[in-house]
Amino acid sequence: MSQGIQVIGLYVRDQDEALAFYVEKLGFRVHTDVRNGDYRWLTVQHPDQPGLQLGLFAPGPPVHDAATAQTLREIVAKGAMPPLVLIVDDCRGAYERMRARGVEFTQEPIDRYGKVDAGFRDPSGNGWKLIEARR
Amino acid sequence: MGSPDTPDPRSERASQDPELLRRLLRAKDRMDAASHEHWPVRRLARVSRVSEAHFARSFKQAFGVPPHRYLLTRRIERAVALLGETELAITEIAFRTGWGSLGTFGRIFRDITGESPGEVRARARATLQDPGRVPACVLSAAHRPDLRIAVSEKRRRAADVITRPKRKEFP
Repeated sequence: MSQGIQVIGLYVRDQDEALAFYVEKLGFRVHTDVRNGDYRWLTVQHPDQPGLQLGLFAPGPPVHDAATAQTLREIVAKGAMPPLVLIVDDCRGAYERMRARGVEFTQEPIDRYGKVDAGFRDPSGNGWKLIEARR
Repeated sequence: MGSPDTPDPRSERASQDPELLRRLLRAKDRMDAASHEHWPVRRLARVSRVSEAHFARSFKQAFGVPPHRYLLTRRIERAVALLGETELAITEIAFRTGWGSLGTFGRIFRDITGESPGEVRARARATLQDPGRVPACVLSAAHRPDLRIAVSEKRRRAADVITRPKRKEFP
């Protein structure tokens, strides 16, 4: 595929912390990690999805003034950013593995409509739904 | 996290420490996950690792409603879902959603929704029996976070309602 979405970004409170979370706890891989002065372009990707990168961006200079950066940090920490969805083959299995690695779950796996889903947050407050793929 | 440019806390919408907000969010998440449980401020403050006085004030500032009010709203949302999707008696629904007394449940329910539990159930039933509305109903149920009932069971119950029209529906 040559056209389509390549990068979708999240705001995170600390890029090192986010990197450790998405790589060590969720099993993502680092795609790009480059710095230019204060700015750090950091993206990770799901091992099964080489065409899509998830950007882990920190509010702050040079993109944001101090007040805007503060507002963004507050919004993320309040869990007010849009929901994210991670599809897995086995929700209960993924839940057990992730929980053992210290992921903060907000909802245990629940079976609804023959499909299991759970919920967790990243350290910054971004909320994810963990949904089992229909077989 | 604080910076010299942090807006003046006396200004109309004072900023809050993101680190504190993240811990307040944890208390809110815990109420969402188990709204039927008892959540005194002491317990919530412990989850957020702040003092009780600080918790209540900060939570309201962060989420727009006091923590207790937030909990009641979540409980009523669950009760509305159970009224529409199950045939549990209203007393049972009150009990399952965390109320110790049916009177309090009814009063808060009306206070929040403007209707009585019986009225909400009657409307949900009417919607359920209109075949054109079923997909939207199923869709909204699928997105409701607190639904704890399997689709097969839901269909069976829905079928019961439809195939037994003489059945007494409202307790």
